[in-house]
Amino acid sequence: MANYSLKVNGKVYNITSDDDTPLLWVLRDEINLVGTKYGCGIGQCGTCTVHVNGVATRSCLLPASRLEGSEITTIEGLETDKLHPVQEAWKELDVPQCGYCQAGQIMTASSFLKQNPNPNKEEIRNAMNANLCRCASYNRIEKAVALAAKKMS
Amino acid sequence: MKTNDKITFSRRNFIRTSALASGGLLIGFNFFNSCKEATVPPVDISKLDFKDFNAFIKIAENGYVTIFSPNPEIGQGVKTSMPMIIAEELDVPWDHVSVEQGALDTKNFQRQVAGGSQSIRFGWDALRQTGATAKQMLVNAAAAKWGVDASTCTASNGIIKNSNGEKLGYGDVVNEAAQLEVPENVTLKSPKDYKIIGKGAINVDIDKIITGKPLFGSDYVAEGMLIASVSRPPAFGQKLISFDETEAKSINGVKRIVQFGDKVAVLATNTWAAMKGKKALNVNWSSSNDLESSSQHNEELDAILNSKNLDLRREDGNIDKAFAEADQILERTYQSPFLPHNCMEPMNFYANVSEDKVHLVGPIQTPAGTARRVADLINRNPEEVHLEMTRMGGGFGRRLYGDFVLEAAEISNITKKPVKVVYSREDDMGAGIYRPAIKYRIKASIKSGEVTGYHLKEAAINSNMYGLIPNFFPAGAIANYKVETGNFQSKITTGAWRAPYTNFLAFAEQSFFDEIADAINKDPVQLRLDLLKNVKDGEDKSIEYSAKRMTDTIKLAAKKGNWGKTNGNTYQGFAAYYSHNTHVAEVVDITLNNGRPIIEKVTVAVDCGIVINPTGAKNQIEGGVIDGIGHAMYGDFSFKNGKPQDLNFGSYRLISMKDTPIVETHFVENDLSPTGLGEPGLPPAGGALANAIKAATGQILLKQPFIKSIKNRKTDLSV
Repeated sequence: MANYSLKVNGKVYNITSDDDTPLLWVLRDEINLVGTKYGCGIGQCGTCTVHVNGVATRSCLLPASRLEGSEITTIEGLETDKLHPVQEAWKELDVPQCGYCQAGQIMTASSFLKQNPNPNKEEIRNAMNANLCRCASYNRIEKAVALAAKKMS
Repeated sequence: MKTNDKITFSRRNFIRTSALASGGLLIGFNFFNSCKEATVPPVDISKLDFKDFNAFIKIAENGYVTIFSPNPEIGQGVKTSMPMIIAEELDVPWDHVSVEQGALDTKNFQRQVAGGSQSIRFGWDALRQTGATAKQMLVNAAAAKWGVDASTCTASNGIIKNSNGEKLGYGDVVNEAAQLEVPENVTLKSPKDYKIIGKGAINVDIDKIITGKPLFGSDYVAEGMLIASVSRPPAFGQKLISFDETEAKSINGVKRIVQFGDKVAVLATNTWAAMKGKKALNVNWSSSNDLESSSQHNEELDAILNSKNLDLRREDGNIDKAFAEADQILERTYQSPFLPHNCMEPMNFYANVSEDKVHLVGPIQTPAGTARRVADLINRNPEEVHLEMTRMGGGFGRRLYGDFVLEAAEISNITKKPVKVVYSREDDMGAGIYRPAIKYRIKASIKSGEVTGYHLKEAAINSNMYGLIPNFFPAGAIANYKVETGNFQSKITTGAWRAPYTNFLAFAEQSFFDEIADAINKDPVQLRLDLLKNVKDGEDKSIEYSAKRMTDTIKLAAKKGNWGKTNGNTYQGFAAYYSHNTHVAEVVDITLNNGRPIIEKVTVAVDCGIVINPTGAKNQIEGGVIDGIGHAMYGDFSFKNGKPQDLNFGSYRLISMKDTPIVETHFVENDLSPTGLGEPGLPPAGGALANAIKAATGQILLKQPFIKSIKNRKTDLSV
């Protein structure tokens, strides 16, 4: 067992968990932030994507006990009081179908746009390629990332 | 049916009103009983209470409206589109409407089901009638208040007006309206007056989805709940012999380990501990050496196709004579693998079996049937079972089956604890109810440049095409026509997968038509249009599709997709298919990059009648088309000694963004009653893609997934 503190969405939590408990399950089961989803547990689908120190990171493989001192941001903390431009774009274009993967998509997109504020179509497709959407809302995800870039510029 | 057709049922059978204690009006309607003519009310009308209804409209004194949407939401958008229909006829501004998932009362469930793309089709009349009836009651109440004849009043956008220029809001008269008799023979709007239907509305759950609010079954938490991770036989047909729980019990958080049937559940205080505990179980399973493999299935399905003892499903004319007199005979055999559903949200369900009730919460497409099965399983009165539906992280047919609900109920019944069963991805892919592996053999006779005979045989695992499919195109279009089926009984569990059977049959037939077109030197689109000329709508009542609607749909797709007018670098494939009461045609454009097909664009034409919510409708078509292309290209799933050969996305490939074409959707404009969209976009996609690849490289694809066989060579067709 490990005792450690975790900074999530600006708030510090004292956590006791197994050394190997992935961040995903600490977020969902201990801190009750369930916006981050489980999809595959092997880092292949992207539904569990959060930001660690601003960078999109798969939370299903990453032991939370190693993240002391890191800034973790989840979909719940992406923006407070208003919508983030990526969320606005997602809403405007009515991207989701079932909605389950969309938090991970939004976290990947928002981190990507920080690194590349003015991406072309190819760059968007590359950046989002590792986030699966079983409903295949890919056309709208692509358009929404482009729209969000426009909103942020 | 035209939308202005007279509705033959009485609203008394399904509508009931009540004044709310807090002020306002509650209208209940029995959604499914109202859907069919001659349906008998469930109980004596005079004794009805609100438990007998499965959907409600609540109108508050401030005029704001809450619609409790009755059907399960799996991403198909009915939680938005069904309330839109009510709001249209009620005539309230859409932004005054909020939507809640309808509460379930298992005692009175009739058919709250998400499946078969039927929610809108069955709901259309009832939802309009309900909205219009409520509006008329509000008008009647206002008229009484003013002392004028109701026929001199009008209502629009939540405001009632009379000929003296006086106005009342809906909220001003709801309490009076609740006391009135339910009117009969209300007038429905003409489609040209629609203000909400046909205008795009954004998914009503959008804010919750994009900000990560708890919505899904996997997000559900209850006091004292334990998480259950279940060890199931790794191979279909395997049995549990014994297990050692020592190591699993030593894991922090693991509370209990219980066996039920051939399964062992590890119950823990958190998900990680439950999953670790399951992995630490030392289970001794029976030998899997003699269990089924895909190679064996392949031989069995071939044997069925070659056998003389198939089940006859439809026969027109004389197929033997047509083949005997043919100038040319074409024959092909098409093969598809099993497919897992792979909902992004793995299966899960909460159950709390206690002395006084059975509480179930989670994602399920068939809440009523599942609740009954739970009651049977644990010997409880169905009235004690309370099931709450959550939003579903995908369904695709998998959540029609309540196996995971039964597991949760059984574990909770044994332990007397609130339990949430949670599947890992490996559990989800490995304990599936798969799309069955299928083979089709199609044979056509050609005489003097015409198709004279068509013989379709289906060999499938466990079960065969449902009864309507033999009446789909080209039934009726070819004089001598025969459909036969047979199946092999397997221990591997199979079931409905988005557009059951047609998800593969459409590929087989639509590819085959392209080869027929080549054989008679005709444009593939023209071939289909010519065949449809042989069908007179309404003449043969058994024919499911409409030749006129299919023709219009094909023409629209060909026009919008610039069929036959592309430059030299783009190759096109065409397919058209009717399923789930909706006609769809698709043009796929591909280019070649070093001989590898790049799928650039799919132009889709759809006739689903009136489009309720174009924003959601296009989303369904985009998703269905890309899903169809993705599984045709990559979907591969096989068994060896009863064991699935893939269990996670490391080896199982789903389509991802880089491989997706742009999907452009066009709707055939008409005033016909709406039909479903969750499934019909999918079936034509694989065939249209195969035909585009054939156009580009000459290769004829006979097996899915295409990725395993795509190469640059021509295959000979004639036999």
